[in-house]
Amino acid sequence: MTSAISILPAQQLEVLNDAYRKAVARKRLRMTLATAVFFAALVIAAIGAEVNLRTLFTYFGNFISYFDRILTLEDGTRVWTNFSEWFWGWRKWLRMLGETILISYVGTMMGAVLAFALNFFAAQNTSPASWLRFVIRRLLEFARTVPGIVFALIFVIAFGLGPMAGVLAIAIHSTGALGKLFSEIVENADMKPVEGVRSTGASWLSCMRFAVLPQVSAGYASYALLRFEINVREASVMGFVGAGGIGQELVVAIRKFYYSDVSAILLTIIATVFIIDIGTGWLRGKLFGKDARA
Amino acid sequence: MSQMPKPDSERLRAQYPDVFVRPASSRLAMPAMLIGAFAIFIFGLVDLDFSPTRLISGLGQLGWITVMMIPPDPGSSLPVYLSALGETLSIALLGTTIAAVVALPVSLLAARNIIPSSFIRFPVRRCLDSIRGVDTLIWALVWINVVGLGPFAGVLAIAVSDFGAFGKLFSEAIEVADKKQVEGIRASGGNALHEIRFGLLPQVLPVIAGQVLYFIESNTRSATIIGIVGAGGIGLQLAEQIRVLEWQKVSFLILMILVAVAAIDWISSKLRFAIIGQRAVA
Repeated sequence: MTSAISILPAQQLEVLNDAYRKAVARKRLRMTLATAVFFAALVIAAIGAEVNLRTLFTYFGNFISYFDRILTLEDGTRVWTNFSEWFWGWRKWLRMLGETILISYVGTMMGAVLAFALNFFAAQNTSPASWLRFVIRRLLEFARTVPGIVFALIFVIAFGLGPMAGVLAIAIHSTGALGKLFSEIVENADMKPVEGVRSTGASWLSCMRFAVLPQVSAGYASYALLRFEINVREASVMGFVGAGGIGQELVVAIRKFYYSDVSAILLTIIATVFIIDIGTGWLRGKLFGKDARA
Repeated sequence: MSQMPKPDSERLRAQYPDVFVRPASSRLAMPAMLIGAFAIFIFGLVDLDFSPTRLISGLGQLGWITVMMIPPDPGSSLPVYLSALGETLSIALLGTTIAAVVALPVSLLAARNIIPSSFIRFPVRRCLDSIRGVDTLIWALVWINVVGLGPFAGVLAIAVSDFGAFGKLFSEAIEVADKKQVEGIRASGGNALHEIRFGLLPQVLPVIAGQVLYFIESNTRSATIIGIVGAGGIGLQLAEQIRVLEWQKVSFLILMILVAVAAIDWISSKLRFAIIGQRAVA
């Protein structure tokens, strides 16, 4: 059989090869430039952040030995040899953990309700007026860009120390995050049912209730559950600024070098986060089918 | 035209009772769940010391604070704040980069199509999960114990907590990669390293780059708060000014954070489009 590949004459090949090389060279140059800029940024950042590799190498042993120390009881034995000594404060910790979960639950509920009330005004296809949409959107943006713990710091001063400040901080942050997600669901909703309801002479409120809400409520619940999961993590550090929950215990244990307490509290937090993750994942799968797991 | 025969509703009703009358369990499930959720909510309010008087007096205080915040004014410490902001951005950039560099090889270990044996994959994944279960602020506290107060502890805290997130995200990106290209490399005689380098990485790198950029953006937010526990950056200034009730400075700092986050947001979305191309934008 003859070969099916025909080889181009040398002149033509040369032109093509040249063009190819030029194209590749340009791409390579751009790549090199981008890498150089990136590394320059890294170096500047390293100077700005006072990165000191010598400190890291000198003290990296400390990082390992820190974990060694938090896994050692005061009498020098390993923590897992004496559970009752390790988890000596389990009653108190479990109560604080319960408080943490309640903070995130109540905060998520408040945030979800507020976001629910606001999201129809923020979505492009359902908002009654464009100036209103603009205002609501900026408000939601503000609420989700300012970190929850900053709100907590301010609320602790306004409402006093305690879980209330934590709940309100989480509620506001969740309103911002959920409001955006909710309004995105509404924007993806089918508008035909809305036209159908409006053609019967219904008001804006009835349009939302009977045409939009049935399409979007499953998505709302799914996002709210996801937010609850995130908020449990967030609530576990609210105690750092005095806004309730287990963070208070943890920060005291870390600052006062109660080593075995640190590992015990960390373990309970990790276990709780796992359980909540798995629980909400299971609930989402159960309520909204397998696709909602993503 | 003949009229349609009228359906015999009595007979249908007798034949398919489920269609006409939903069983009580499915009719009552939704209200029961709502009531249950609401009951827990009320219990939470009571348990967490919510009282109307506290709420009202607190709101009054909050209103007062808001009034005091206007107009935002840095006083004479603008240079300090600017350098703190630079520190925050540095922390975010460095922390994310370190996390991505370390997480890439580890994520290969956690991907099903690279390591079929679950003996390695399972512990690696659980390890990543535990790291993610601990908040960045907690990691910051731990690192402060190790390298001392300052932004370096913040960099390491963000690096560690992102390492957990990246390990998971990267391994998921690797698992959905197309197998054919890997097989092609193997067919032409490449070894396992060649398969990863030429078959897998070209597919997953754009995805990974997009995720890293997104994290730099979200870490700018995290980096603003780790200063609250003493790990450097603008959060340190913010917490201090809140403690001494300098509300005008507080509002100025919050504004600075908002502007910085918006700027990083804009830059990284531009870069993301440049890397992944318009096509990947949902």
